[in-house]
Amino acid sequence: MLSFFSSFTQSRLRGGVHPEAHKRATALQPINTDFPLPARLYIPLQQHVGKPAEPLIRVGEIVLKGQLLAYSQGLISAPVHAPSSGIIVDVNDYPAPHPSALPIRMIVLETDGKDEWLSHTPIPDPFQLTPEDISLRVGAAGIVGLGGATFPTAVKLTMGRENRIDTLIINGAECEPYLSCDDRQMQERSAEIIDGVRLMLHGMAANLAFIAIEDNKPQAFLAMQAAAHAYSGITVLHIPTRYPMGWDRQLIRYVTGREVPAGCRSSEVGVTIHNVGTAYATHKAIRYGQPLVSRVLTVAGGAVARPMTVEVPLGTLIAEVFAFCEVDSTRTARIIMGGPMMGEALPHTGLPTVKATSGLLALTQDELKQTEAQPCIRCASCVSVCPVGLRPLDMANTIRAKQLEAAVELGLKECISCGCCSYICPSNIPLVQYFKYASGELVAQQQAQHKSEQTKKLMASRTARLERIAQQQLEEERARIAAKIERERLKATQETVE
Amino acid sequence: MISHSKVISGAHIGVNNSVRQIMEKVMLAILPATLFGLWLFGWPAINLFVITVGSAVLFEALCLRAKACAIKPVLRDGSAVLTGWLLALTLPPWAPWWIGVVGSGLAIVLGKHVYGGLGQNLFNPAMLARVALLISFPIEMTTWANVSPLWFSYSPSFSEGWDITFSGMQNLDAYTGATTLGAIKTEFSQQRVLPDILKDYSSVLNFLGWTRGSLGETSTVLLGLGGVWLLRQKIIQWHIPVALLLTVMVLASVFYMIDSRHYLSPFLQLNSGALLCVAFFIATDYVTSPNTATGQLVFGAGCGVLIFVIRTWGAYPEGAGFAVLLMNSATPLIDYYIKPRIYGRDRNGKPLESPKS
Repeated sequence: MLSFFSSFTQSRLRGGVHPEAHKRATALQPINTDFPLPARLYIPLQQHVGKPAEPLIRVGEIVLKGQLLAYSQGLISAPVHAPSSGIIVDVNDYPAPHPSALPIRMIVLETDGKDEWLSHTPIPDPFQLTPEDISLRVGAAGIVGLGGATFPTAVKLTMGRENRIDTLIINGAECEPYLSCDDRQMQERSAEIIDGVRLMLHGMAANLAFIAIEDNKPQAFLAMQAAAHAYSGITVLHIPTRYPMGWDRQLIRYVTGREVPAGCRSSEVGVTIHNVGTAYATHKAIRYGQPLVSRVLTVAGGAVARPMTVEVPLGTLIAEVFAFCEVDSTRTARIIMGGPMMGEALPHTGLPTVKATSGLLALTQDELKQTEAQPCIRCASCVSVCPVGLRPLDMANTIRAKQLEAAVELGLKECISCGCCSYICPSNIPLVQYFKYASGELVAQQQAQHKSEQTKKLMASRTARLERIAQQQLEEERARIAAKIERERLKATQETVE
Repeated sequence: MISHSKVISGAHIGVNNSVRQIMEKVMLAILPATLFGLWLFGWPAINLFVITVGSAVLFEALCLRAKACAIKPVLRDGSAVLTGWLLALTLPPWAPWWIGVVGSGLAIVLGKHVYGGLGQNLFNPAMLARVALLISFPIEMTTWANVSPLWFSYSPSFSEGWDITFSGMQNLDAYTGATTLGAIKTEFSQQRVLPDILKDYSSVLNFLGWTRGSLGETSTVLLGLGGVWLLRQKIIQWHIPVALLLTVMVLASVFYMIDSRHYLSPFLQLNSGALLCVAFFIATDYVTSPNTATGQLVFGAGCGVLIFVIRTWGAYPEGAGFAVLLMNSATPLIDYYIKPRIYGRDRNGKPLESPKS
């Protein structure tokens, strides 16, 4: 009875907002594949969660499209491949596609215009491969979660197999406004995505998949349903349109009724979740041996004259994408990588697109939320929209009072930065910014504490060592004196004997 | 510590529903009841309303100046006007000018800025001021003018209204009387029973608002319509008004069924005093009510119980102000004990048990 009651209360959706979709401008056009090959590509060594890849090419080396440039390091990492053919001109620090634009290591590739693929042999029947082999190939292709989280996909497949996952959920929610890249891919590449889903199931040794699509994408739903029709294990689902429907834990609860315990991975409840774009990349990697060297992204916003969904080589500078889409820089008030809810503002366009870039937005001042913050009036809208069940207003208060530990008590670490609270706040308080600041500050504090502990430990061992040496010297000295006395005594006895 | 000028994190888009717009919508919702009250009680009421709202703005400006912060942008948020406005609605319509000034001073200075300004106060400023006035000046605060609408022959002219507000009322008894709740309380002390007391009571006139009472609290229908509009505009949530009204109605029904000679009918309860004004416009104050839906239900029900208890067994005929203040003081406690459940954790904050173990 209790479990019935709790399953009822847990399966319902909680919180969330209904932002205006702004998807019409891009959702109705096919994916543009005519993007001109840039003269230079800037390929960061870290485009994923985990350790950065290690370069294995030298400056001046000539590479083909799809050739391995930097290999994966450690358990959680992903390799990086050449997005086109050409010559490596530099391996150095360049500004990262991040709000700070701090320099990170990148490989710079000067393209030769031939866009020549490395030769590879297609696999006749990938379902003959062992699941382990699928994981290995996906890992070697540099595939990471393309919804924006960029967790290495191979690691998830392996974890899925080891944890005996029963359900795979394919996230086709695309709940962020403005973005249509998943929508378009589901419409145009449905068969390939379904093939990718089957390969993922094979790689995880599971057989049940749900493809969850928000009900504001009826075309994508129909296309995916038609493509999935032949496979009994794959179900295409309509889910309500409501941000953040694509939050993995929300989706898991909605689709399976299971709730992931705090501090656990979704595999704990037998579920793994992947994005539709990741499924497509998996299909390409396994069937054709093509690594992840390009991605589909949406360029939109009020300052974009030709908004579109476009496939670009990884490492293309945002400036070139914006030039292709005719972005009016004078009207651009803010450049955003990702969606307008969770994306981050970038300082300029001289930054490369990466595996995480699901969208590039050039928003005008009218589209932005006002920034002039007013006092909190405790309207509690933030409490009612929070999908996690946090109280953003109380967390913001404790952070303002610099009581970071109290903020953690209130659940700071559970915040998913979905932006619902900032979106709804009538006082325009940048709540998510507060929370990110506090989290960063906590990490810095922990590092400082760790450092001081290390120093203390070193100091202690040095003191101990010095003491030991002093003790040793003292003992040696004593021994020497004792020996001397002994010697003299012996001498004396000898003398008396004589 | 946090750069406000430079926004980095989302949401980059959002509802542009400013504090000012919220305040304006609340004012729009109470406008019909206010206009009706001003018409019903004539020039003295208009004087009192202008004085109360004006002095609220003045006190706000003085406090902001004392705090050395920019006055104009804060005044523009409309919260001081709304506080003065709500206070005026709860005052006896012909109260002297200084009641309005002292009330606004209490509300804005003691009720709001002493705590740190907008959003920081523990008690609803308007109710704090009203209750302080009632205790300090019981005569002025319980002198209820007869219904005397503008442009009626027996109503005070502009100059008579001026005198009532600024020089005090002459010949008081001729123009004043008791409110329904007040009359019932007095008659009960004379051992009379309800059917006798309410011989002349017209529920229709009371529902419309044609009765003695506070400046803007008499019209059940206009307050109710304003409240429902505010609900539909999603400015307030249903939890507090529904819990409050339902609690009063249920308690009243039970006691009325037990003894209809000594307990008021639920309809009369609903139709009298400050009940609707408090349910929709005072108890729903964001700052001083709980943050969660469940907390708001508890808060509303608590207000309802207290209102009923004070009205029925207390020394005062109306207990809405006291009830709201008492529940305001319980709000931090309610918020402490009633919190939303965090995803992946149980109600006590412990992680859920893993299905595998």
